[in-house]
Amino acid sequence: MYDQAIHPTNPARHPTPPDPGAAPGFRGAAGAIHAGVSCEGLGKRFGDLWALRDLTLDVPPGTVLGLLGHNGAGKTTAVRILTTLSKPTAGRATVAGLDVVADAHAVRERIGVAAQQATVDGLMSARKNLVMVGRLHHLGRAAARRRADELLELLDLADAADRLVKNFSGGMRRRLDLAASIVVVPDVLFLDEPTTGLDPRSRADLWSMLRDLARGGTAIILTTQYLDEADQLADDIVVLDHGRTVAHGSPAELKARVGMDLIEVTVGAPAQLPAAARAAERFASAAPGLDPERLVATIPVREGTRLMDVMRALDAARVDAVDVTRRQATLDDVFLALTSPGAATPPTREGTQDAEDVEVPA
Amino acid sequence: MTTIDSAFPPPARIRPGSAGRGRGRLATFSNDTLVFAGRNIEHIRQIPEKLLDVTLQPLMFVLLFAYVFGGAIAVKGGNYREFLIGGVLVQSLAFGLTGPATSIATDLTEGVIDRFRALPATRTAYLSGHYVAELAGMAVSIVVLTISGFIVGWGIHSDVVHAGLALLLLLLFSSAMIWIGTWIGLVVRTPDAVMGVAFTVVFPLTFLSSTFVPVNTMPDVLQWIASCNPVTVIVAAVRELFGNPGSPVTKHIWPLEHPVVAAFLYCLLLLAVAVPASLRRYRARTSD
Repeated sequence: MYDQAIHPTNPARHPTPPDPGAAPGFRGAAGAIHAGVSCEGLGKRFGDLWALRDLTLDVPPGTVLGLLGHNGAGKTTAVRILTTLSKPTAGRATVAGLDVVADAHAVRERIGVAAQQATVDGLMSARKNLVMVGRLHHLGRAAARRRADELLELLDLADAADRLVKNFSGGMRRRLDLAASIVVVPDVLFLDEPTTGLDPRSRADLWSMLRDLARGGTAIILTTQYLDEADQLADDIVVLDHGRTVAHGSPAELKARVGMDLIEVTVGAPAQLPAAARAAERFASAAPGLDPERLVATIPVREGTRLMDVMRALDAARVDAVDVTRRQATLDDVFLALTSPGAATPPTREGTQDAEDVEVPA
Repeated sequence: MTTIDSAFPPPARIRPGSAGRGRGRLATFSNDTLVFAGRNIEHIRQIPEKLLDVTLQPLMFVLLFAYVFGGAIAVKGGNYREFLIGGVLVQSLAFGLTGPATSIATDLTEGVIDRFRALPATRTAYLSGHYVAELAGMAVSIVVLTISGFIVGWGIHSDVVHAGLALLLLLLFSSAMIWIGTWIGLVVRTPDAVMGVAFTVVFPLTFLSSTFVPVNTMPDVLQWIASCNPVTVIVAAVRELFGNPGSPVTKHIWPLEHPVVAAFLYCLLLLAVAVPASLRRYRARTSD
């Protein structure tokens, strides 16, 4: 579960001007020449099904792109194409300034990949895993070993360096996986759900690490289910649904459409829902969602809204609120908002006017 | 770029793509092959039981047939133990296909192969690494078997050249079986399926042959099957090259009359089929 303890306020987003034309790039989607990622009209079909359709991205060096979507939305397919593991059916892409199909091998020299299932070898020690990756990057034996030690220290794995990876906790495995993806500092780093299963501290550490990497000029593409993670790190967010891009913009832009903070009011009877929505109206940043089955009104609220104020408003309106909680918008909320316009939260009921609007389940 | 309190100082920047430049493709390929082979050997270090397949198991066959069944089997022109070792050698190497099949099938289901494929390592080095490690394991097997052979009363009665040829043939045959195992590993859907496939193929092939008994003791139909079985030819070649008594030739077909040449040809043929098939299968299995 997502942990609310970590919610740093407004991190300084890194500016982005590292050296572009180091790699022989060509014109990407946005017309820029750079060593990041750009793709245009990228698509992948499996049989009759388009797993990914018409994806257009531009991720300059030093910037972070968040790729959001449910399982099966096309995130992994996109990452697989960009990491040369899969060939696109349509469109084209350059990574580190190189074509992912024609120059696949050269692309592999310049990218780091941390996949969703930890892809380290369970039957080897952490150190041996990292040395192996270094050697496959064609570092010398000594250099590979030195780099492995450095990374183990950095990712707080030094104590476990010689233990078998299969005995690692999920978080340790994930950190090792990340270490393996930056053995050679990549021009482009791909992370598939990097912080799933991490404790809050490791999560914050990892975030700061990624920021530092970006500051050093690495372009980062990360897939995530957590909107706030994308918000913390990403300069740009793409939301995928059934292979299609349903939204593309900065976190601020997306937030404006969805609302990050939600307040859920559980009421005693379905008829109370509209009253609750009305009472909280002045805090709302978008239309509330009413769920007569769960007896919950979900109200997207403006940033800085205090829970206490909402409770007072509910009380003043004599709403029979059984429970009032605040939560972060989840991908579900984003999705429902983006895929069915006008409704911010589940269920997708519009309007808050009349009690008659709310169907009472039998 | 210089952040003082940064938790993550980008390391003395190893430029991507700079390492290993100027080395030839062959040097790169052999480096990558050895790295992957080292990974397999590391697995054996962690799970030494894996070595039982290639050490204790063949040893059991030697003891079982030398002392349990052996007394009941008569061999013309020599004792049964002189006859046995050539057969057990070939049989153990034939079962060597389960090793690569299991580990490759496991890698494929665990996603670790995707990490390798996203690295700038030579594509085929993953397979050649497996081959090198497995062949090393089979070499251990050969050593264990020959030593235990000496102990139970087997000997080499030819010269160095022929004994060397026998060893070469065994390694060639082992190579063919490893590549067939590689192909199986790339074809099966789960690692568990490997044992089933391997046993249904290898068991009849090694037992319906002159591996453990002279062919002339079998019913006529089986004599035909055993005589046409390549394993019989390879076993015959090994026995001939070591100067051990062989199974009488009852069906006069060309491979059995020229076992050494035929055995080498069989092995080369198997390799010529299994290696390209594995490479093609690997490419197909790891790209979509």
